[in-house]
Amino acid sequence: MSEISQAQPDYNYKVVRQFTIMTIIWGIVGMGIGVFIAAQLFAPMLNFDTPWLTFSRLRPLHTNAVIFAFGGCALFATSYYIVQRTCQVRLFSDKLAAFTFWGWQAVIVLAAITLPLGLTSSKEYAELEWPIDILIALVWIAYIINFFGTLVIRKVSHIYVANWFLGAFMLTVAVLHIGNSMAIPVSFTKSYSLYAGAVDAMMQWWYGHNAVGFFLTAGFLGMMYYFVPKQAGRPVYSYRLSIVHFWALISLYIWAGPHHLHYTALPDWTQSLGMVMSVILFVPSWGGMINGIMTLSGAWHKLRTDPVLRFLIVSLSFYGMSTFEGPMMAIKTVNALSHYTDWTIGHVHSGALGWVAMVSIGSIYHLIPVLFSQPAMYSTRLVNVHFWLATIGVVLYIVAMWMSGVLQGLMWRAVNPDGTLTYSFVESLEASKPFYVVRFIGGVFVVAGMLVMAYNTYMTVRAPKGSIAAEPEAQAA
Amino acid sequence: MSMFWTIWISVITLGLIIGCYFLLRWCLSNQTGVEEGESMGHEFDGIIELNNQLPRWWTIMFYITIVWGFIYLALYPGLGAYEGLWKWRSSNQNVQSLEESAQAREQASANGYLVEYDRELDFAAEQFDPIFEAYAQIPVEELAKDPEANKVGKRLFLQNCSQCHGSDARGQNGGFPNLTDDDWLYGGSGAKIVETLTLGRSGLMPAQLPALGEQGIQEVANYVRSLSGLPDVDAELAEAGKARFMVCAACHGMDAKGNQMLGAPNLTDTTWLYGGSHRAVVETLTYGRNGVMPSFKKTLGDDKIHVVAAYVYSLSDE
Repeated sequence: MSEISQAQPDYNYKVVRQFTIMTIIWGIVGMGIGVFIAAQLFAPMLNFDTPWLTFSRLRPLHTNAVIFAFGGCALFATSYYIVQRTCQVRLFSDKLAAFTFWGWQAVIVLAAITLPLGLTSSKEYAELEWPIDILIALVWIAYIINFFGTLVIRKVSHIYVANWFLGAFMLTVAVLHIGNSMAIPVSFTKSYSLYAGAVDAMMQWWYGHNAVGFFLTAGFLGMMYYFVPKQAGRPVYSYRLSIVHFWALISLYIWAGPHHLHYTALPDWTQSLGMVMSVILFVPSWGGMINGIMTLSGAWHKLRTDPVLRFLIVSLSFYGMSTFEGPMMAIKTVNALSHYTDWTIGHVHSGALGWVAMVSIGSIYHLIPVLFSQPAMYSTRLVNVHFWLATIGVVLYIVAMWMSGVLQGLMWRAVNPDGTLTYSFVESLEASKPFYVVRFIGGVFVVAGMLVMAYNTYMTVRAPKGSIAAEPEAQAA
Repeated sequence: MSMFWTIWISVITLGLIIGCYFLLRWCLSNQTGVEEGESMGHEFDGIIELNNQLPRWWTIMFYITIVWGFIYLALYPGLGAYEGLWKWRSSNQNVQSLEESAQAREQASANGYLVEYDRELDFAAEQFDPIFEAYAQIPVEELAKDPEANKVGKRLFLQNCSQCHGSDARGQNGGFPNLTDDDWLYGGSGAKIVETLTLGRSGLMPAQLPALGEQGIQEVANYVRSLSGLPDVDAELAEAGKARFMVCAACHGMDAKGNQMLGAPNLTDTTWLYGGSHRAVVETLTYGRNGVMPSFKKTLGDDKIHVVAAYVYSLSDE
């Protein structure tokens, strides 16, 4: 190691701490709402005949809370941490950092108020109305200035690969958010999209798919590129692989949106291009997984003792699985079966719970002892308990949705010899019901894990100095 | 689409894929100035990067998907206005009405080429139309006794009719009639059911507030409810209502037993299309009702209507 890393600059950990704690809190809230609406799907009386508790209003709250509150806070926390540590310099501006924290929390609270009230632009993953959209844009621009400002004043010659991904994620999300949210306001709480018809649909999925591609993939790959080598104590496997998969990933992802609109009014040529790019995208996506998993070569034994590393590696496995599944589902023939079924829900959660949540959780378990000056988490056993709760929960969830989805797809397309459909819609719903119960149980496991994490974090933060013993490995290092 | 946009799309699309190819080639050859397997020499917060070669199987997969991408874009429409070697199209695009759709189809047939959607429709017509043509030869009343035909009819019913009439065909409050009893608004013969399905129905009950006034409506409501022997009827108001019933008799008849020519319901039985409570009857009288049964001629066609009619006929208690 060089000498620079020995003497640590005075990093801004305050904003990292704030975002880290809020990641856990919003994780519990967002996933908790998810479990509640999962229960509504097999027990509809749980909406208690109350408009703001209905599935239609809580579902966007769930997606916004897990993607932008939980995932967003995790990205803010880790990117602020990574950019300081890998540039060996304090954040460009503490004031901008504080503004992004309080601004982002304000956005989340406003979402939690307006969505149950039924105030929505009705654009998927971008439901918030125009005044909140403007606030998001302001916070995001402050975030970009702060991040790139820190890169500019860095004390090391090169820019680390994690920062390439984080930078690409920030810039593209700004373009996507501003482009997709363009609207004409008619009142303070109501606006109409600037786009119409098939163009509006294309804009929504250009945004929607790249929210997945840049928010939930590129951003979290940045996280992965710092915390996996750090936690494993191993060098990154291949610098050249990171170059080719970074550039190929960001240039191909932006095209993939139309695969959400197969067999719709979208022109054929657009659907074809979306499909071709989605399929090629499979390979660079796996580049990230290979680089992460191969980084562990020579340190596989650490998985036996280190549940944090287990979180990170299992997250990469889920990442590999969903990035194979996604391009496959983008193929029109497969899409004809999977579209509009629970398979899509299963695919999304394999990415969201398996990849995004697990890599965030692993990273946060790595972060908390550092941020609160403790040698380790309060209880490594509880981290392990969380790992198994999360893994079992995700597997239950995904398998239930796969089975339900394929079943639905097959039932919807079943045709009798006379050309009439074999099943009515309600029959396919009845067939899905048992899987909805299993999905709910999977969700309960995941939320239970998050509660264990909250307890473990609380105990770590308030533990008196010196009361937590460092792990044997950490002492040796 | 103009030539400009076709070139624009093609250049960007192919340029991107070719760019990916060259990026891959460039990274495969070691241009880093560091020996393979060694550290790149930069260190970030304790993290170093090795200069390992790209995995071979992964590189091969990348080549395969790139080649496949070119083949797909050659065969199928993707590069702007380029049609693709197979001339495949999902549907007649830019069609804005059924007439334009029929025109586009005719023109395509003349050119010896049909889009996917039209081919599928033709396939379905070829496969299934004979079955329904055969059913259409049998009178509805007779077809209703054929269990196979009823299975087909039931499936059509579940897809097309159950949204309003329920999957058990028992209807629901709010103007959706029960089809399993022998109470028929427009007649329950096979021919009448076919007529209802083909043409649709419009069950209009005019608002009576202007003609009767609020007091009048209270009186008529009591009278109408007394005809069905319903409880909580004020005999005095009902008696007054009887005198006013002339307004209603035009459609419902002097005996209030309704008129199937007009679809006016029988008011002396216990079947109530919009509810038989005092409040519901007052509402019906005050605001009127406007029940709509849509025409299924375009959706199902005559032959399928025939089979559905037979199924519905088989449901009633006759």
